[in-house]
Amino acid sequence: MSVAAAIRTRDVGELPSRRDEDWRWTDLRGLIRVLPAPSESFAGTLAAGPFDRLAIDHHVLVNGGDARIDVAAGKKTLAALRLVSRGAGAHASRVTINLAAGARLRLLESYESDGASVCQTALTITLAEGAALERIVLAEDHEDAVSVSQAEVRLSPTSDFGQTIVTSGARRQRIETRASHPGGRASARMDGVYLLAGKRHADHTTVVTHDGVDGTTNQLIKGVARDQARGVFQGKIVVSEGADRTDARMGHHALILSDRAEVDAKPELEIYADDVSCAHGNTVGAMDEEALFYARQRGIPEAEARAMLTEAFIGQVIDRIWFEDARRVVRNWAAERLRV
Amino acid sequence: MLSVSNLHATVGEAQILKGLTLEVPAGEVHAIMGPNGAGKSTLSYVLTGRQGYEVTEGGATLDGEDLLALEPNERAAKGLFLSFQYPLEIPGVPALTFIRTALNAQRKARSEKEITAPEFLKLARQKAAELKIDFEMLKRALNVGFSGGEKKRMEIFQMAMLSPRFLILDETDSGLDIDALRIVSDGVNALRSPDRAMLVITHYQRLLDYIKPDRVHVLAGGRIVASGGPELALELERDGYDRYAKAA
Repeated sequence: MSVAAAIRTRDVGELPSRRDEDWRWTDLRGLIRVLPAPSESFAGTLAAGPFDRLAIDHHVLVNGGDARIDVAAGKKTLAALRLVSRGAGAHASRVTINLAAGARLRLLESYESDGASVCQTALTITLAEGAALERIVLAEDHEDAVSVSQAEVRLSPTSDFGQTIVTSGARRQRIETRASHPGGRASARMDGVYLLAGKRHADHTTVVTHDGVDGTTNQLIKGVARDQARGVFQGKIVVSEGADRTDARMGHHALILSDRAEVDAKPELEIYADDVSCAHGNTVGAMDEEALFYARQRGIPEAEARAMLTEAFIGQVIDRIWFEDARRVVRNWAAERLRV
Repeated sequence: MLSVSNLHATVGEAQILKGLTLEVPAGEVHAIMGPNGAGKSTLSYVLTGRQGYEVTEGGATLDGEDLLALEPNERAAKGLFLSFQYPLEIPGVPALTFIRTALNAQRKARSEKEITAPEFLKLARQKAAELKIDFEMLKRALNVGFSGGEKKRMEIFQMAMLSPRFLILDETDSGLDIDALRIVSDGVNALRSPDRAMLVITHYQRLLDYIKPDRVHVLAGGRIVASGGPELALELERDGYDRYAKAA
């Protein structure tokens, strides 16, 4: 059962449903009665992507296809990866990213759609020893789109992996990252931001499995849901037996800005090692009305005060992006969506 | 300047203000003293428009304009400033950003030109020096991790930057040591002018040694039950509020 298989076979029975524990908040089987026909190949021209001006290498997949990014040992590059859906068909994409020893990559990944498409993207990311990858994902899907992105990340000792996923959701959207973490002074940052309005849905699912000693994982996800939107966070950190001196921190904090919005969170730490330092925090609540009144008393109109406080709330995640130019793109993108 | 007449207000089910009448003319400083639970903070919240404080009768005007019909931010733009008893922490928003946003929002509401960044920084440096505030502190998130005294000093700094016309100081002396009290009082006194007025809400007389009031009112049971000159504060300090609590 997989989304990719469902798209390939057009068999809705392959879609994950609420009966699958891991998909209970992002039920695709119940949503999609008939899978659309395969997407047609796209011959038109595309407008600029969100990261076009920052990247050196450009990889664009429209309506599916395969892409590969290899960074040789000791080399360094900046790549934009655009995954575009045009029309209302179904398609899948596969992306392979390999960083050789000591290679460095800034990956600026974006998702776009313009209609009721159903798409799945599978990424396989491998970091050799001493490699460093910062993955910044900006997902800007159409409100009728169904979009699933699934990344498998394999770290090596002394590698650094950092990601920040920023999304405004879709009709149903899931962005999933599964990282195998060997310890050995490797580090993983698994951040995310969701800003949801209307009837949009965004699901951040991450699993990090620590299999060796001396590994670090740090996660901060923040989200805002208004109208009838729904945010989902499923974060899991597994510390296997013997993976001592693992340092794992997980935080998920969400603001619900209307009575009909919803946030479902399942933070999990599964620890089988003895000597670890792990912490998690999870809060879901309304905006601080006292802080809001305080700002208004100083003269800031309500809408502006709400936007300011919300921007500051998610800004703490954006500030953790290492690559300053991308941080700026993301901050502007978020500010635009929060200003009324 | 500020005119409050027969003000009745409820918080939830509770009737807190029960016919409060008060006139504070321009150029004057009035103190409101009273026992705990008399309605002192309620008065400041009703005047500034906090949600959950409902006026059931009476009214309040600033320079003849109906305050109660305005949004909290509109009242601020008219020059009404409340120094909070417990200033809020604003995570992620540097103090300078917050104050500049507030100042420009007020200016915009008054159809004035926005302050430029260099003008703003110059003013901020000058006022920070006057209030003995480390300029670096203004780059940190507003009030986050600040001590009680620092928060109060930050209130006075905001007051100096926003230059309001009517100031309400709600228990501004609480949490201040004697040096901080002097700095804060100097900051407040520097704002005294013929076209400004202040309402100083305090439980203790101590603050009034530093900010000398023209008039003192006793608030008990939701009403002003006695008014007099500065000597009334000394009398209260000596005799306590018992007499007035009974009268209410």
